[in-house]
This record gives sequence, structure tokens and C-alpha cells, in this order.
Amino acid sequence: MKKEFEMVIGVEVHVELKTKSKIFCGCSTAFGAQPNTQCCPVCMGMPGVLPVLNEKVVECAVRAGLATNCEIAEFSKQDRKNYFYPDLPKAYQISQYDLPLCQHGYLDIDCGAPKRIGITRIHIEEDAGKLVHTAGGETLCDYNRCGVPLIEIVSEPDLRSAEEVNAFLRKLRAILIYTGVSDCKMQEGSMRCDVNLSIRKKGEQALGTRTEMKNLNSFQFIAKAIEYEFARQVQAVEAGETLTQETRRFDQSLGKTFSMRSKEDADDYRYFPDPDLVPIVVSRQEVSRIAASIPELPDARKARYIERYQIAPADAEILVSEREVSDYFEQAAEQCAYPKALSALMLGEVFRLLGAETAIPIPPKHLAELAGFVGQEKISAAAAKKAVAALWEKREEPAAYLERMELWQQSDERFLEPIARSAVRQCEKSVADYKRGKKQAIGAIIGKAMAETGGRGNAAILRRLIERILEE
Amino acid sequence: MSDVLKLSVYEMRQEMEQGRLSALEATEAYLAEIRKREPEVGAYLLIEDERAKKQAQSIDARRAKGERLGALAGIPMALKDNLCTKGIRTTCASRMLEHFIPPYDAFAVEKLRDSVLLGKLNMDEFAMGSSTENSYFHPTRNPANPEHVPGGSSGGSAAAVAAGEAAFSLGSDTGGSIRQPAAFCGVVGMKPTYGVVSRYGLIAFASSLDQIGPLTRDVRDSALVLSAIAGHDRRDATSVAREYGDYGAKLGQSIRGMKIAVPEEFFGEGLQGEIRQSILAAAKTMERQGAEIVQVSMPALKNALPSYYVISSAEASSNLARFDGIKYGFRSENFEGIEQLYERSRSEGFGAEVKRRIMLGSFVLSAGYYDAYYKKALEVRTLIKREFERVLEQCDMILAPVAPTTAYRLGEKTGDPLQMYLGDIYTVPVNIAGLPALSLPCGRDAAGLPIGMQLIGRAFGEAELYQAAYAFEQEKGAAR
Repeated sequence: MKKEFEMVIGVEVHVELKTKSKIFCGCSTAFGAQPNTQCCPVCMGMPGVLPVLNEKVVECAVRAGLATNCEIAEFSKQDRKNYFYPDLPKAYQISQYDLPLCQHGYLDIDCGAPKRIGITRIHIEEDAGKLVHTAGGETLCDYNRCGVPLIEIVSEPDLRSAEEVNAFLRKLRAILIYTGVSDCKMQEGSMRCDVNLSIRKKGEQALGTRTEMKNLNSFQFIAKAIEYEFARQVQAVEAGETLTQETRRFDQSLGKTFSMRSKEDADDYRYFPDPDLVPIVVSRQEVSRIAASIPELPDARKARYIERYQIAPADAEILVSEREVSDYFEQAAEQCAYPKALSALMLGEVFRLLGAETAIPIPPKHLAELAGFVGQEKISAAAAKKAVAALWEKREEPAAYLERMELWQQSDERFLEPIARSAVRQCEKSVADYKRGKKQAIGAIIGKAMAETGGRGNAAILRRLIERILEE
Repeated sequence: MSDVLKLSVYEMRQEMEQGRLSALEATEAYLAEIRKREPEVGAYLLIEDERAKKQAQSIDARRAKGERLGALAGIPMALKDNLCTKGIRTTCASRMLEHFIPPYDAFAVEKLRDSVLLGKLNMDEFAMGSSTENSYFHPTRNPANPEHVPGGSSGGSAAAVAAGEAAFSLGSDTGGSIRQPAAFCGVVGMKPTYGVVSRYGLIAFASSLDQIGPLTRDVRDSALVLSAIAGHDRRDATSVAREYGDYGAKLGQSIRGMKIAVPEEFFGEGLQGEIRQSILAAAKTMERQGAEIVQVSMPALKNALPSYYVISSAEASSNLARFDGIKYGFRSENFEGIEQLYERSRSEGFGAEVKRRIMLGSFVLSAGYYDAYYKKALEVRTLIKREFERVLEQCDMILAPVAPTTAYRLGEKTGDPLQMYLGDIYTVPVNIAGLPALSLPCGRDAAGLPIGMQLIGRAFGEAELYQAAYAFEQEKGAAR
């Protein structure tokens, strides 16, 4: 039954901009400071003070818009969104309502087949503060985050699976990091995602009633929330229930969503143009200047890796997904004649050791040398892995390390032949299998010989020697 | 000593600069006058006598050392209580801010840092009202006749100057709040072009209409004070970056050849006969001085009042939302949960008129009503601006009454908000268009109450307004 339904998803992504100061005052935006040490009368909404727009915010948002193929409005304005909440000291948030800075963009994703996802709009706004609930039942306000600049990126309802949502968000994140718009640290809340999801019978055009899941802060939870919410809506519809438009909270520990408030309870935000601020005018020259400063984006980089380094598309995709890692790869590749061996080292041992981090402690030149040794068959892949792990902990010249650990590959036939002969003698069963035509049985014999060399034997030469012995 | 009180700001500055008068002498004279007049007038919410004397002494000492002093140094003055003063209580005449002490000065206050601050002046709560009867603390009375209101919302500012309780004062004007009390009390009040005086530190009523301006005894003083407080301020995005010169530069120049428009819509039904006569007589005076009086029609003005009340209330509903009892200001003693905290703090902290405007403003911005009210009002605003532009292309300025009546009795209109709103009919179009306008005395009614006339100029045309007003004042004599 479930097969008949498809999910229709649009996302709203809030991203903190990487400006030094806040959107309407000079306070720092640094994360993790003591509560209420990074605020002033302006961001705390004291009586009589006024907001003045930080021009860097506009530049950042235009940069994000250009990198996601948006049209940049020559004229846009800022509006007040009015609602009461203790983390919002002015009791209104300055945002953009009907004239956003960027509109009509798109991003291309690939989940098996290429697909274009529309971006409805990108607008600038200010963040609210943070409420801290104490064990004693008190609520404390931390206004450090008040006035931290955000952009909100709204997608069209073009996404049809958790996998597509994931691909879209990863691509968006990579682009925003590449362009220096944001550091997109989900765990610090500098990238937060709301998911709007509805279902409909496959083939139908009309949209169903949607629910909104707010502030999902990891890719893993987003996928789980989507799967749960899809199943819940399908079950409800199949049971003949009517879905209500509502905001739902995803409980990470239970893996379920719960109703927070329905549309009827929703605030009327009474948007109107903020009379304290003047319209934002971005000239065509300014747009061209910003466009010229946008670096190569992940897609272009990926194409270049495939073309220049002959790396498989799927591998290239992974290599470009984090700018810092990708920059590292490029630095190393510049000094390496064996980019495929380098890519294999990166995707294997380096990524394993990195985990969620992006800073690689080995100098690019050293990793390039190791890949070079693999390419020249001077060391085995296994030895290279071992070296990466060791150099990760302690800096050392790769050649010196390989020497010290005796990891240089042994390619001398005069040395390897007696070992090969001994292995053939010891693997009677494999020899018999091989002779009966089961050619893959040679693997066990090579393995035996390799073990004799302590992993240093050149596997290709060993194979050739063993084949020759078996043919004798 | 009492001679000091007779000096204009201009004269007092000369006396001080030539060493014939100290700031302390002037300050003590004014403090004595305040002690004498306050029981009857009630212009002040806070009198800073000790602080004022210390400030005056320090200015005298600095002057003696030959230090460079700020504009209008040593002149005793007072501020409407919606202008933030660092370390000095600023209440907006509201229970909500009864104990609020700002950690910053307003831009206009910074500009006058070497003037002697005598105290903070009464007003209608959050500048909403036309009689200063909406003060949470006490009403102010008109020095010309204490049975009558001083006008509002800058009633304290006008009364203090009229009663000789300050050499000059600052007020704010959102829909007439400087000009109307100036007219009621018989002093000169200037509402500058929107953007000429930074709004930084002015506790907002309606941000797109609010403007700070001076109340003085004569025209020359007004030009002096405006020259001191005008200027570009990066902390106010609506502050205009341009050259700010001496607003008194054209004082004494002839008004021969000036074209002065008299729009028929300003002289229709509802205007007190004596005021009509007084202003038409003023027109005759200016005509004798060489100005050309031009009859014009401005039909778009009929929609000014409703559009003003929609726009100003909408902005106020949002501007005043920050007074929620969370971070500063009044918090109800008695609540359970956050919703009740908001509700009770705001219900108990705001007065009736403020609540009326917040409700009106919230309504006109609500989903489903926005287009019919707020959006429509903005369209009317554009039409009114164009109409002023059209008239001021042909004419140098517009002559009009300030208010339909002279000062009424205390309590006379408090029961009828609509009657009170109608009193703003001649002043609000100017704020809607963002233009400068000067209110100056032009006579008295049969009861001896002052009558004011209004000169409305082109954007940034303050110097021409002063030129014309000064010429008129020279002929008629200043009201003092």
C-alpha cells in the first residue's frame, strides 16, 4: 500500500553568516562566549536605540544567492515580524517579507539521476537569543545570539525522499562553506533545518496538507524525522484521518514527531516594513564585483578532478564535499604524479582518521610522497596505510619512517624467488586446486609468500614468480 | 538676577562669552524660577538641581581655562522625557518606565552636552496625546492660564519655556507634538525635516514620523538650537548625510518676492474664528513686507488624519512591544506563566491612550486588514507627499493654522478621544510628508490665550522658514 504514496518535501534552512559583527550593531558573533557578554543596547532592544544594517551581511547573502543561481534584487527591504517571546527583546524580529534579496535559484543534485531543485528565495534576518532552563525550574535569557546575522534559504517542494533532502542539504552546505558565507556547523547551530512534508498519491499534481518539522540539527535526524513523518502521514490517510497543517517537534531519543501547534494557533506576525531602516539597494556593479569574487564551486571542482586526475565521479564527489579537505587534496595532488593513489589514500585511511573533523595533521607534501611510493610500487598499499596512521600522530619524513619500520617493498626477484618456492611447497591443496583449473586458488599462495616477507613483498612480482613455478 | 530670565538664548550666550554672566548664575536663576512656578505649572517630571549646579560650575571653570566648549555652553535648558539621558531617569511619562535609567545619551543630548540640563519635562505618555493629560505622573498647566492645558505631547517642553523655567527645551513631534503646545503656550516650536536630527536615543512612538526639535522664546533662538542639534548620525539609518550649516543664516533678509501659499483646506469648518482672523492678518502683514500670498487647494489633505492614525498606531504597536516586563521596565507582581506576565505587565504598565493606539495599530496590521488599512494609508501618504511637492514647487512655503482652537480647559476633551485626534488635523500632514514646519505666536484670543501660526517649508528649507518667521516676528514683536 505504502508504495502508492510519495512524499513531497520543501526545506527551509537557517544559516548563520560568518561576519565578525552582528547584523545591526558592532557586537561580536563569536560562538561559545559567557552568557550576555556579547550584547549592547541595540541588540538587546533597549528603548530609543536604532538598528543600522551591517553591509557585510548583504554581501554574504548576495554571495549565497549567486552561488545558488538566484536573481539578486536591485531593491529589497526589511520587515518586522512581530511576536512575543522572552528570547526576542524587541518583541519583533527584523526579517524580509515580500521583497527578499535573492529569488528564483536552483541547485542540481544527483541521487542516481541528475535532478534540479528550485530555490524559492534567500532572505536576511536576525537571530534571537537563547533561553536556558535551569534545574531549579527557572528560565534565564542569554542575548549573545540576538542579532547574529542569518540567511534563510527556502527550497521549492521539489524533494521526494530523505536521500534527496540529504543530497540537497549537503550540496548547499558545501557551497556555503566554499563561498565563505557560513561555517555551517550543525552541532553549534550555525546551520538549522526545517522540513515541510506532505504526501500524495503518485501521479497526482495537487499538494497534500503539510506538516513542518523545526530545527533539525543533524543529517541523521533529518533522515529519521522524514521517514517517521512519511509513515505517520501514510498511516493516518489510510486510516481515513484528515491531516492538519501543524508544526511538529522531532524527538531525537524516541525517533518520533509530536504535534507542537496547529495552524489555528499560529501567530499573526503582522509583518510591515521596518521604518527604522532604509531600503537595500544593490547595484549591478556590486553584484558583478561579488560574482567575480566567488571561488570555484564543488561541482566545477568535481568535474575538474574527474577530467584531470581520472578519479571516479563518486570518489570525486566525496573529495570535494568539504572545502578544507578538498583544498588539502589539491595541494597534495600538485606535488604528486599518482593522483589516483593519492585519492585512494584520502578516501581510505585519511577519511577514517578524520571522522567528523576537517583538519589533516600531515603536511600535504608528505601524503603526496607516500602516494608516490605506492604508485612507483616502492611500498604496498598496506604499508602506506600504516604510515598514514603513524604520521598522523607524529610528524616525520615519510622516507625516514618507512626506512625505520622497514616497510620498503621488496621487488628483487633473487630475494623473492626462494620465498615463492617455499610457499608453493607449503600450499599443497591450493596448488592442486590451481592445477585443476581453479585459478583463483593462487591468491592463498601469494598470501602465504607475502606473510613470509612481512608484508613487504611486491605482490605483482610474487604473483608472476608463483605463476611461473606452477607452470614448471 | 531676575534679569537673566529675560535674556534670550542668543543674548545669554553673548553675556557668557563676554564674561558678564556665569553659567552658575544663570542656572541658579532658573532653578529659583522653577521653585517658584512649578507648583502651579508642573512642567517637570525630574528637577536635577544639584547636578545642574555642578555642571554649570564645571562649564564656568572650563571657560575660565579657555577650553573649547560645545554648542550653547552653559545655557540652562530641559528635555522632554522621551529623550534618553545617560544615568538620568527617562520615563516617557509612563508607569512602564517609571524607574528606567538609560545607559546612553540621545544624539541630540550629546550635541548639547555643555548646556546645563535642569531636568526632564512632562509629556503625554509615550508622546501619545495632545494635552499632556495622558502623563502617568501629573498633568501640566498652561502658564498663560492654569485652567487650560499646555497642549501636547511636548506640553512640559512648551510650558517650561513659556513660564521662564528653562531658556529653551527640546521636544519631539510625531503629528504636531512640538508645534501645537508651542501654539497653545505662545512660544516658537520647530519640527525639522525628517532626518535632520538623529532619532538615536529618542524613545520611539512612530519611527517614520518622529522628529526632535527645539521650543524657544523667539525665532532666532530656535535657529540657534536647531543648528546645534542637527547633523548626520551613523547610528540612525534615516539620518540624512548632507552639509548642515547655520540655520540662522538668512535671519534679517527681506521676504520680498517670497511666495506664500494659503491652502483653502486649512481654513475650513471647525477652525476657531479668532484663529482664522489672526492668521489671515499675519498673511496681510507678510504681504505688506513684500511676500506674495497665493491661494491654493490641497484636496488630498482630507485623508491625512485617518492615514496618520493608521500609520502612527501601526508603528507604535510594534515599537512598544518591547515593553513586555521581561528585561526592564514595569513587571506585574501577580502572574502565572509567561502569557500572563506579558498581559498583566502591559495592562498595568500602560495608560488607556497608549493601549488604545496599540490595539488600533495591531488591528490595522493584522492578516486580512492590512491591505484595507495600513497599505491604503501608505498610498494616501504618497498622495499627500506629492500634493505638498506640487504646491511647494510654485511657492516657497505654506501658511496655515497650527490647531483648530486655542488651549482648551483641563478635562474638556479627555472623555472623547476622537475630538482630541481632530485637533491634530493641521499638523499631521507635515509629518506624513516629512517636511519642516515652524509654529510661532501670531496673536491672542478674547480670553488672552495665545494663537499660533504654522509655516510649512520645502524639505531642508528650515533657513527660509526662519527668514520669513523672523521678519514677521520683527514686525509683531516676540511673544515674551
